[in-house]
Formats: sequence, structure tokens, C-alpha cells
Amino acid sequence: MQEIKREVLVNKASELLKNGTVDRVFGWKKGEFDYDITPALFTTAEDIENEFVWGDFCGANFSKYLIKETGKSENKVLVFLKPCDTYSFNQLLTEHRFDREKVYAVGVPCNGMLDTGKIKSSAEGISKVTDNGDKVVIETLFDGEITLDRNELLPDRCLNCKSKKHVAYDELLGEDGAVLDSNRFDEVEKLEKMTPDERFAFWQNELSRCIRCNACRDVCPACTCEKCVFDNPNSGVENKAATNEFEEKMFHIIRAFHVAGRCTDCGECSRVCPQHIPLHLLNRKFIKDIDSFYGEYQAGAEVGSRAPIVNYTTEDIEPGDAVRRNENA
Amino acid sequence: MQVNEYKPLIVAFCCNWCSYAGADLAGNNRLNYPADVKIIRVPCSCRVNPMFILRAFQRGADGVILCGCHPGDCHYTSGNYYTRRRMALLFSMLDYLGIEKERTRVEWVSAAEGAKFAETMNDFAKTVAALGENKRLEDLRCKK
Repeated sequence: MQEIKREVLVNKASELLKNGTVDRVFGWKKGEFDYDITPALFTTAEDIENEFVWGDFCGANFSKYLIKETGKSENKVLVFLKPCDTYSFNQLLTEHRFDREKVYAVGVPCNGMLDTGKIKSSAEGISKVTDNGDKVVIETLFDGEITLDRNELLPDRCLNCKSKKHVAYDELLGEDGAVLDSNRFDEVEKLEKMTPDERFAFWQNELSRCIRCNACRDVCPACTCEKCVFDNPNSGVENKAATNEFEEKMFHIIRAFHVAGRCTDCGECSRVCPQHIPLHLLNRKFIKDIDSFYGEYQAGAEVGSRAPIVNYTTEDIEPGDAVRRNENA
Repeated sequence: MQVNEYKPLIVAFCCNWCSYAGADLAGNNRLNYPADVKIIRVPCSCRVNPMFILRAFQRGADGVILCGCHPGDCHYTSGNYYTRRRMALLFSMLDYLGIEKERTRVEWVSAAEGAKFAETMNDFAKTVAALGENKRLEDLRCKK
């Protein structure tokens, strides 16, 4: 259950709309099912009162939406940011992707969002999902009620939450948290300890499921090029014809590489993947390598920091040594 | 009957200012290096996008080597420093995906090091030949 109530967000949004601070509000609204919460843009207090949703499925990160939305009007737009969203927000500001003056950012605390995939795989014919704090009650059409532990339904990104602290906001609702000591690299280390053959089999199995829907690219707050390399018909990765080819790996390596050093590890790629591929493990590998080769760096922790991939020192590790170092680790 | 002996296909990206001249020097000095090495000249080692390397593998290369000026000697002052960071991350990622790490290499060869160029290419061709055909990175659709 989210600590902060829906009413607090709704009142804040209505207040800011009425006093003219903003004229548009980014929020979430209900989709077809309880767990299908979709991002929406509200323009009237009435719509917000009726349709605004805040709960365990409001995972969408609005930072990227600001790029287009701030270009549409001179007035401010209100955006609600969870702690992990604020890192993306800062990163986009660092890259001058939107005008800070046209945004009114309200920080909201987050208790971790639920994983839609885990909910759907634990029950069939879901009619309602209610969260009582520690337990989640899933009402189904045929099997009655199922009660599950909330922790079991958290996605990986929330289980290994890196920070409850908002790094950017105009106003904060509720209490601010702290940067956490997460175990987010544990799974990467587990993979690193496998033999190359096992690793290859693991990724072959995961990535061959990719249907090249580009959802990971479209949702990623770091992927903001107006013209994407993957839209080039000559890129060699634009189609999906066979499942066991290198093409998938190439797509995913390049996707992760293009955001290396700028990825804030918000985990949106894995959240939206319809095939449940653990894409964050690729991004985290880059983050882990950057941390160990070039010193710890958290993208988006502050505005204006220089990403390690566009920087250098004369004493950097040689590529050959970097690979051997993995071997010894 | 003729037996088709396996010959690795090696793509070498060489920077125009150092390594390409190094290859020239190797030729002038009549130093041998395998004909399986196909050189692609690039203006600077940092011109090489990670996609170039991956696409070379996808289209059938068995090994890719990237040669540039020694760190500090870049014609454009700092290009090879960026290359070094990018390739460290890329090679580490390829290793993470279970791809043989011997198939990729970065070597700094100056215009005066014709001997080093020949030696590097001989050594790399031997390593790649020992690994055999590149199965993990190829794309059957690109097969001729």
C-alpha cells in the first residue's frame, strides 16, 4: 500500500490547477483492469477528481513525457515524481532535454510498486486487486480470493530499491527518504560467476524471446534521440525473422550501450517488457563496470555531472585488462 | 580432392594516422601477416561505433581487432582515450553475454611499429583460428 493517499495528490493537483500555477497535470488513470494503470494528461480539476489514480501500479516514470509536453505550451505542467523518477528528471535536465521553468515537480514517496507480471502469473481471471499493507488480496472470477505477501509481488527494481530520496522537486508531499544500500548488483555478480557457456545459454534463452516491440527503447527516459539508430532500415537489427540469431543480442547490447553512463537504473525497461526479459541486468552490468573501472557514478544524482563515457583520464584501464579483471573477480 | 581448410575472417579497424601507416610499414619492410586480416581504415579509432564491431561479427567475422594510436598520441588529441573507455565496457559486456573474449582485441600500434603490427596480426589470427568458427555471434541470414 502506498503511504501517501490519493486525496493528497488530487487536492494538490486541483489546487495548483485552480490557482493557475499549472494548466496540465501528468497523472495515472485506470485502464481495462485494476493492474493496467496508464499514464494520462489531465487538464481540468473535474477530470482529476473522477479519474486520477494513485496506487500500487503507478509505476510509469513521467520524466520522458516532459520533453514533448513542455514544448507544447508556455505554461507549466505538473508532474508527480517518485524517488527513482527524480533521477531520470535530473539526467534529462543535464542533457538539456526540457525547460525546467516549464515544469512544476511534486515529489511523492513510494513504497515500491507491484509487478503486473507477477500478479498475472499468480492468479487467473483477476477481477480486483487490493493492497492491505503487508498482504495483497487478489479477487478472481473463478477461484475466489487469493492472498499473497506483498514482498513477493514486488518487481526486482523495487526489491533492490536504490533510493527513497528525491533528488529534484519543487514541492514534496510526505516525508523524504534516504539513499539506500541496495543489493542491486547481486544478480549481475551471480551471472559473472557462471561459465561463459552458461552465460551464453542464459542470455540466449532470455533474449530469444524478444519480439522487437521496441517498448524498452520507447519507455527509457535516457533514450531520447529524435532519430534512433534502430529506425534505420539498414541497421541490421530492425526486423525479427529468427529467434536464435545474434540480432537480438546486438539490439540489446546496443540499446544498453547507448544509455551507458546515463542510465539511472530506474528499471522501466524491464517493467514494460511484454516478454519479461530482465533487461535491467544488462544496464546494471554497465553501471557496475563503470563504478569499478572509473569510480562510482550515479547518473542523475545531480544536475550537470559529466557521464563517465564522455570523459576520460590518461590512466584508464585497457580493454583487454577490463575483460581479464572480470575473470579474476 | 581439395579439402576446404578453415581460415578465420578477421576485421581490423585501423586508424588513419598510426595503425594504418603501421600496416604500410609492415608491407614496406616485407613483414608477413595473414591475408585473412581485412583492414578497414577509419579516421580515428574513436570513429568505431560499437555497432561496427557487432555488425562485423553478425556478417561473419571470426575476430575483430581495433588498432589506434598509443594513448596520448592521438592525432585528434583525445580520440583514443574515448575508444579505450568504450571498448572496455563493450568487451566486458560481450564477455557477460558469454561470448569468447579472445575474439575481440584493442591494440595500440604507432606508424613506426610495422613489426608490432605484423606480430599483433599473426598472434591474433592464431588465437582466432584456435577458437574456430564464430558460432555465437553470426547471423545465418548473412551467410553467403
